[in-house]
Amino acid sequence: MPDSAAILEVHDLVKQYPTVTAVDGISFGVPEGTCFGLLGPNGAGKTTTIEIMEGILPPTAGEVRYRRESLGPRFREEAGILFQKTALQDFLTVRQSVALFRGLYERGLEVDEVLRLCALEKLASRDNRKLSGGQQQRLLLAIALVNDPKVLFLDEPTTGLDPQARRNFWELVASIKARRKTIILTTHYMEEAQLLCDEIAIMDGGRIIAQGAPQRLLSEHFAEVLLELPRHEFPEVARQLPLKLIDASDRVEISTHDLDGTLRALIDAHVPLRNLRIRPANLEDLFLELTGKELRA
Amino acid sequence: MMKRLLAVWHARNLEFLRDRPTLLFTLLLPLGVVISMGFIYGGPPRPLFTVGVLGTDVARHANPFLHERYVQSVPIHDAAAGLYKITHQSIDLLLDLDGTARYWVNTDSPKGYIVEKLLIAADPGARRQPVTGQAVRYVEWLFPGILAMNMMFSCLFGVGYVVLRYRKSGFLKRLHATPLSAFEFLSAQVLSRLSLILFVTALLYVLIAAIIHFHSAGSIGLLLLLAVIGSLSMIALGLTVAARFGSEEVVGGLLNLLTWPMMLLSGVWFSIDSSPRWVQWVADIFPLTQLIDAARAVMLDGAGLQRITPNLIYLAVTTLVFLAFGAWSFRWRVD
Repeated sequence: MPDSAAILEVHDLVKQYPTVTAVDGISFGVPEGTCFGLLGPNGAGKTTTIEIMEGILPPTAGEVRYRRESLGPRFREEAGILFQKTALQDFLTVRQSVALFRGLYERGLEVDEVLRLCALEKLASRDNRKLSGGQQQRLLLAIALVNDPKVLFLDEPTTGLDPQARRNFWELVASIKARRKTIILTTHYMEEAQLLCDEIAIMDGGRIIAQGAPQRLLSEHFAEVLLELPRHEFPEVARQLPLKLIDASDRVEISTHDLDGTLRALIDAHVPLRNLRIRPANLEDLFLELTGKELRA
Repeated sequence: MMKRLLAVWHARNLEFLRDRPTLLFTLLLPLGVVISMGFIYGGPPRPLFTVGVLGTDVARHANPFLHERYVQSVPIHDAAAGLYKITHQSIDLLLDLDGTARYWVNTDSPKGYIVEKLLIAADPGARRQPVTGQAVRYVEWLFPGILAMNMMFSCLFGVGYVVLRYRKSGFLKRLHATPLSAFEFLSAQVLSRLSLILFVTALLYVLIAAIIHFHSAGSIGLLLLLAVIGSLSMIALGLTVAARFGSEEVVGGLLNLLTWPMMLLSGVWFSIDSSPRWVQWVADIFPLTQLIDAARAVMLDGAGLQRITPNLIYLAVTTLVFLAFGAWSFRWRVD
């Protein structure tokens, strides 16, 4: 059940389409001032869930409440949204695009302040169609921040960005988080979720299969380290060893807290170790553990 | 090279053939135009002379002159309107059958000269009432229709396609996530297009009037009022078409379905007075017909507010109906 202190509460949400149940009876709460991540592969129901929470998609059943009220004018005034895909009006500059959205809210930040926050000052006079992918996302974030929102929705904000642009964007979101904004983030980048989220809900098939703080979830499901070996180099005979094996598409992962003992067992079983990787478990491993599927499959 | 060319050619053909609405319009539109024109302008050869008749239908049918070959009689119920028509040569003779037959003929009209000879041969006792006046030049007659047609295209396509593009690109969905209401969005679109179309129409009016040496017989203020209400009606119609759909093919098809009949039947290029009555009834439904009729009345005949009030009311009512329907059926996103 949702936390009673939550700024946003989701109660028994269902979204049914003619041939598929996109969201299948989920409930959770988002505490104020936290970054809440909805994680899952494509088709898990993340975007449908977040769009219902944003108030732009009606649920088949269930309810979303903002500050204990149904979503209404107050929510519209206090929510900032960055959709997965958004086109802006043609022939407007960056400044004009931000000013257009600033004009739609009663209260908010000055246009120049938003441009500065999102490092867009030097691009203010540029046609919004002539921005790079990373610049475009910064502009969309600026638009989402223009009303100085209490709740900020970010739906897969870094999908399609190059690694550098992605890291720049994360820094930007981290600076917004430092201003005590409540952030709801959907992503299939585990690194992004681990870096930014205080709490996550992992979705698969329209349901939440795990929820909690990332580190707590990892410590609950994994021992200290993971050993990773290419699948084609892992002999069938080694599967008889008393090890906790997780099968991914191209590799086999072994979760263990006894690294020395595990390595000895592998050597004794003549498993080639030249491509062995040893690393801490991450959310991607958690998803694989919980569903038997890879997140970006 | 040929292989690549054929691959693209084949894919494009498949795309075209599977795009049913476009295919249907490509085939049906020319057929529809030809069939419509056949209905409107088909039938027996047209008469050479048009005679306006004041008097009862019985008297009109009993008059042998009006049964002469190539003479068409048109009932006229108002003597002033009849005199206006004969002065501007939109009829060739005006015949009054109440009491002793008398007729008005425009001494500046060549066709009036000939049809008068026919009348005298049939009824030598008819009393002659000469009038003078030049025919309205075709370019002047065309002028209000061209302006109105330009307004129609700008209102329908300018609004319809823009809203569709906003919806398809997701821009409407983004606006929906703000406090902006559908009414506010639609009103902004209406006002934006209205101000643009009024500016463009005023500019075109000034330029064309200067080129063809045209002076409006009626009030410019009344024309402005007519332009505002006429534009609103057609912008609202454009919004109605674009309110819900997310496909260019469907919206394009519907807009063509609306604009082509209006362009052909609303009297932009030629009068449809001599077409079948049902065609005229259909034409009267179109906002463009109401706009053009009223604009011609003001610009060419010097009509006042009272005369074009029915047209203004019709345009205002259709504006409200279209806007209400558009707001009711409006969708922010592609379903």
